[in-house]
Amino acid sequence: MKKISIVCRCEDITEEDVINAIEDGYTDIEELRKKLRIGMGPCQGRVCIQIVAKILEKKTGKKVSNIPLPTSRPPEIPVSLGTLASDEK
Amino acid sequence: MKKKADVVIIGGGINGCSLAYNLAKKKVNVIVVEKNYLSSGATGACGAGIRQQWSTIENTRLAIESVKIFEKLSKELDQDIEFRQGGYLIAVHDEKEMIQAEKNVAMQRSLGLKVDILDVSEINNIVPILDVKGMKVIGATFCPTDGHANPFKTNFAYAYAARRNGVEIYTHTKVVGIKTNKNEIKAVETDKGFIKTNIAVNAAGIESKDIARMVNINLPLVAYRKEIMATECLEPLFEAMVISFKDGIYFSQQREGQIVGGIPIPEERSGYKTIPTFAFMRHMAKTLTRYAPILKHVNMLRHWTGFYDVTPDARPVLGETRELKGFIQCNGFSGHGFMISPMVTKILSEYIIDGKSPDILEKLNLDRFEGNKIIYEKSVVG
Repeated sequence: MKKISIVCRCEDITEEDVINAIEDGYTDIEELRKKLRIGMGPCQGRVCIQIVAKILEKKTGKKVSNIPLPTSRPPEIPVSLGTLASDEK
Repeated sequence: MKKKADVVIIGGGINGCSLAYNLAKKKVNVIVVEKNYLSSGATGACGAGIRQQWSTIENTRLAIESVKIFEKLSKELDQDIEFRQGGYLIAVHDEKEMIQAEKNVAMQRSLGLKVDILDVSEINNIVPILDVKGMKVIGATFCPTDGHANPFKTNFAYAYAARRNGVEIYTHTKVVGIKTNKNEIKAVETDKGFIKTNIAVNAAGIESKDIARMVNINLPLVAYRKEIMATECLEPLFEAMVISFKDGIYFSQQREGQIVGGIPIPEERSGYKTIPTFAFMRHMAKTLTRYAPILKHVNMLRHWTGFYDVTPDARPVLGETRELKGFIQCNGFSGHGFMISPMVTKILSEYIIDGKSPDILEKLNLDRFEGNKIIYEKSVVG
């Protein structure tokens, strides 16, 4: 059986998906995110982004410290629309 | 980096990349220069909608022709852009809006668009989760061939196809100057070197204003900061995009299942600030749960900001500037650049290659603002 490493658990993205996308020319973490939906699930990238940065380092030679992280997009954790809309204090 | 091109396109968003593709298909030698990454501007922040229901003839025609191209685009570019036609439902809240809606629908129908005016009772047939009482509507207009596509994937698919046709795309490369001689473009200067060219296309979104300033041309663009959010993914609930000009809200369900939508904060107009605000989250959640109360249990995952590059009449600036030969504008889309890009860039590519200048290009030239009569696009949302 083929060995599969899941990188993004929210969106079911494998290491192979990431490597293929990098080889197709998506060498920016934001481009990878937009191409593969990495970091767009409920965890908002907490699990996958560091791993993706590491794969990018391996494939492109860019140091992880020089790879900008995606913009932080609030809320920091999922919040229901009902809670956000509520007037209760 | 290449030192020479027939055309240099400034901006790697949807319009820059689709124009590059349309030109390269006809064997034009093109370089695209992008300051950041592909789709890093308005394209990457947009709401994904494709609408043909406009108040001005030019926008309606551009949108109808664009939809015809979108319908075949996945096949043409050999990548799935996730185009789907679930329609646009536009809420009509009062008599005044109804008069405008009737006018718009008559004009749209005269151009061959299938669009209907719905009674309140028909709205739930289209979008079952809407609460028509909460929305405070007296009716709606609906066009079934409006829809969505994935803006990133469309942008990337155009870039991919452009590269396959020989286009060089330089990301993380910034334009720092434009060389001219006797009112003609001679070269585009980037932070990585000069590119000789006689044609420079300004497709830099809100930053088009700064590009034009390099050659002393004033573009009447104003940045309107817009916020937009995405929820967690749900089973399919509805297919149409729902919008309201009065409340400013728009929302739809994307293919993966998330609901994406935005609304302006009432107290804010223009500005360059990029920070997402709590005021937006609250206003969006309140309005969205008023429109569709069932969504109150759904989690918002993130929200982000982008810019509309807004012109005085909310219509794009297209075509060659009269005072500088070879300087072509493709900006000022005022929040709807994605949905009309296929046709806009087709027309511009024909102008660049054959000098064809149809009526629509003349009407959307920068020089229209010198006259006194401005025709406003009224159907702007968000």
